[in-house]
Amino acid sequence: MTRHLPLRGLGKLTWLEMKIFVREPMGLIGSVVIPVLMFLVLGRTFGPRLAEAASPTTVLLRTGLPVFVAVFIAISAVLSLVAIIAIYREGGILKRLRATPLSPVTILVTHVLVKLVLTAVTVLLMVLAGRRYYPAGADVPLLSFTAALLFSTWSILSIGFIIASLVRTARFAPPLGSLALYSMLPFCGLFVPIDALPPAMQAISRVIPLTYAVSLLSGIWRGDPWSAHGGDVAALLVVFGACTLIASRVFRWE
Amino acid sequence: MADTPVVRVSGIRKAYGATVAVDDVSFTVQAGEIFGLIGPNGAGKTTTLECVEGLRRPDRGRIEVLGLDPIRDAGALQPRIGVQLQEAQLQKRIKVWEAVDLWAALYDTSIDGDRLLEQLGLSDKRDAWFMTLSGGQKQRLFIALALINAPELVFLDELTTGLDPQARRAIWDLVRGIRDRGQTVFLTTHLMEEAERLCDRVAIIEHGRIVDHDTPAGLVARHCPERTVTVTTAHDGAAARFAGLDSADTVRRDGERHTIRGRGDDLVTEVIHCLSEHRMRVTAFRTEEPTLEDVFLTLTGHSIRD
Repeated sequence: MTRHLPLRGLGKLTWLEMKIFVREPMGLIGSVVIPVLMFLVLGRTFGPRLAEAASPTTVLLRTGLPVFVAVFIAISAVLSLVAIIAIYREGGILKRLRATPLSPVTILVTHVLVKLVLTAVTVLLMVLAGRRYYPAGADVPLLSFTAALLFSTWSILSIGFIIASLVRTARFAPPLGSLALYSMLPFCGLFVPIDALPPAMQAISRVIPLTYAVSLLSGIWRGDPWSAHGGDVAALLVVFGACTLIASRVFRWE
Repeated sequence: MADTPVVRVSGIRKAYGATVAVDDVSFTVQAGEIFGLIGPNGAGKTTTLECVEGLRRPDRGRIEVLGLDPIRDAGALQPRIGVQLQEAQLQKRIKVWEAVDLWAALYDTSIDGDRLLEQLGLSDKRDAWFMTLSGGQKQRLFIALALINAPELVFLDELTTGLDPQARRAIWDLVRGIRDRGQTVFLTTHLMEEAERLCDRVAIIEHGRIVDHDTPAGLVARHCPERTVTVTTAHDGAAARFAGLDSADTVRRDGERHTIRGRGDDLVTEVIHCLSEHRMRVTAFRTEEPTLEDVFLTLTGHSIRD
């Protein structure tokens, strides 16, 4: 008697989805090219000032810009996931895949893996480009930073699944996803330190997942050990657990 | 085995909110046959099929497929069935061979994908993206995916909808080929011609209920025994002679054209016999047999196209 092998077909489907993603020019530009270009342009524009003494601009550029781009990469990955899930559902692709021994979990894990690989590739490109054009960052723990970004992306992807579950049509998925994710930016401590925010905004920033991602990414970029960010890691794990639980309840295949 | 049911559906019901899509539906599908569930759009064909495939759970009733429960035993059943869904899509930029390759990897046993593509006339589209395929090519690819695991039972939902007549005929040949290799086919269609030419047995479904089921010929014989023979002849007194035939009910004359309606298989023989006996010179002769379309009209009071 044939039984379901757990995650059977995962490797093949993941490789296939990556090839398919690369064949789509717009997706590739939005998720990989634009973040890297943004990093380069901003870095080239403000880079020369980095040599100056510790002005607020320098701090922003030394840590803020890389973290901002990293967050942007994570959000792009999540938005791309939301769009793909919506398109796959609307086109009946999810339903077609469900009528095979492929388990639903495999399909979702595949897309998470594809987005994580994409995120890692984008960070790699950013670092390669940065080596040449961006004066800061030579002494940054890159492996740790990449790990922190993948971990943050993985956590935020679970929010993407909730959005993908709630939005009915493929046309509205990307704008609503953008609204949900980008509206977190002012509160996450990236542009204005959280301590400097008005109390009401501080309260908001404490409950949005992006705050913890930014705190973790900034810390690791500055060279903090992971142990200094146990709270951030725990918060992102809680976000993942809670969102995955909600998503599994409200997710629709067709 | 000729009389082994591979699908046994007993009294299933499925409602979506207040809308009852399928109500008290029962039928069986025998091994080695092409079985068609036929009816107009919205009659409950796809809902019934998807319950049998294990994609939907009926509110009531029992379904047994190859002796298994399609939902509880999904893991054991899926390798033994092949599924083509209505209006399904694949990733736009997936290549034909990649789809076949992926599907093959999902099953313990699979047949040679390249040979399958060749049999389905898709060899030259091996490297084409899904989005570039024509409607007929997409359907042939979906048939390939449904057959890749050498299933005992193949489900085909509205297989030829939207295809031109030539592509449709090509698909019919493929479906007959599946049966001739010993696999059982369970299909749905709203095309009566398709059901008549393709299916060994059909069940007619209307408003979520099975109205009747039998072989196409059996249904026609039971519900539409009328035969019509149209003879064009200038022979004097032809109308009266036709009216005197045992099987003739009515004769209508329109100039030289005589339309003889009656019932039973003997009508045509009697007309031919009468023509030769009286040495009538005939310039045109046509017989009309009722079709499943007429059966549907008789059973439901309206045309399937309405």
